[in-house]
Amino acid sequence: MTMSDSQEPEDVSRDLPDAEPEGVIVDGEESHERWLDEQAGPLVRPYVMTRGRTEPVRGTFDLITMVVATGLPAAPELGLDPEHQAVVRLCEEPMSVAEIAGHLNLPTVTVRVLLGDLLAKGLITVEDPQTEAELADDDDLYLAVIDGLKAL
Amino acid sequence: MDSRRFDRRGRRLPKATKIVVAGGFGVGKTTLVGTVSETKPLRTEELLTDKSVGVDDVEGVEAKSTTTVAMDFGRITIKDEFVLYLFGTPGQERFWFMWDEITLGALGAVVLADTRRLADCFPAVDYFERRGTPFIVAVNCFEGARRFQLDEVEMALNLGEQVPIVLCDARDKESCKDVLVTLVRHAMKTRREKRPVEV
Repeated sequence: MTMSDSQEPEDVSRDLPDAEPEGVIVDGEESHERWLDEQAGPLVRPYVMTRGRTEPVRGTFDLITMVVATGLPAAPELGLDPEHQAVVRLCEEPMSVAEIAGHLNLPTVTVRVLLGDLLAKGLITVEDPQTEAELADDDDLYLAVIDGLKAL
Repeated sequence: MDSRRFDRRGRRLPKATKIVVAGGFGVGKTTLVGTVSETKPLRTEELLTDKSVGVDDVEGVEAKSTTTVAMDFGRITIKDEFVLYLFGTPGQERFWFMWDEITLGALGAVVLADTRRLADCFPAVDYFERRGTPFIVAVNCFEGARRFQLDEVEMALNLGEQVPIVLCDARDKESCKDVLVTLVRHAMKTRREKRPVEV
């Protein structure tokens, strides 16, 4: 679970869908069992993980912005959630925003918020991709990609 | 001048670039991505919400209707310096804004076509033409599929004569490499021609 001390359990229950899934309540089962059904979705909704935030506090993260951990220790006083720590561990090796989302099985909107927190705390460094204008002027990149593909 | 970032072991962070793989449902986009990628294709999901409604706290979030759009993508590392990502477009064309995000900053796009359902690739062709993204058409030769002549495909798609059309087998690595090389060469040429003349 990702609940922090500051959040109350009600927040979670409020975030669960109101409607009950059809026909999954079995006699004698605990009522919480019904949420294990795939249709109920993830137990912790992405917005809970980010405390309702949909925009990162810092940075704009393209799908292919490269991220690497700075190696700064993730000290307890930084107040990191388990998801933050998972991102830091994953980024021991350079990795794109899309890959982080894919590996952690989180929506990219959630990953962007987590990365914004980590960037603000100095735990990650990022390298943004070139803009379309920069691409138009950079034959070297095209040539390097052609060489790289041929060498596969 | 070089603003490249370094990681803690003093290595440069690679620059990433991407190619879009588009086409109709079931045409072999994920197959192509998987054939040339160094790892199994990954999947990322975008959460669609009504962004026009501001979210200040958790209140109200539960009432928002959310949908997810999945994208498959693969990675090719080029000499530690560059990483090339191949993004398959979401199957449903109604998610145009996702296409915008995937296409922004891409080197170019491969439109995969299946001659049995050629019309399925029309929306992708239209999209890249309108957006001015360099693209090529790769005809995936499914077994048992009728082998159209390339000029028949060209005529059916009504492409500009400078848009390359190639045959490919999305399961064959060499074939996929050829497709990507053809695209990058074409993209380089197209961008050069479009380069604005500085005053």
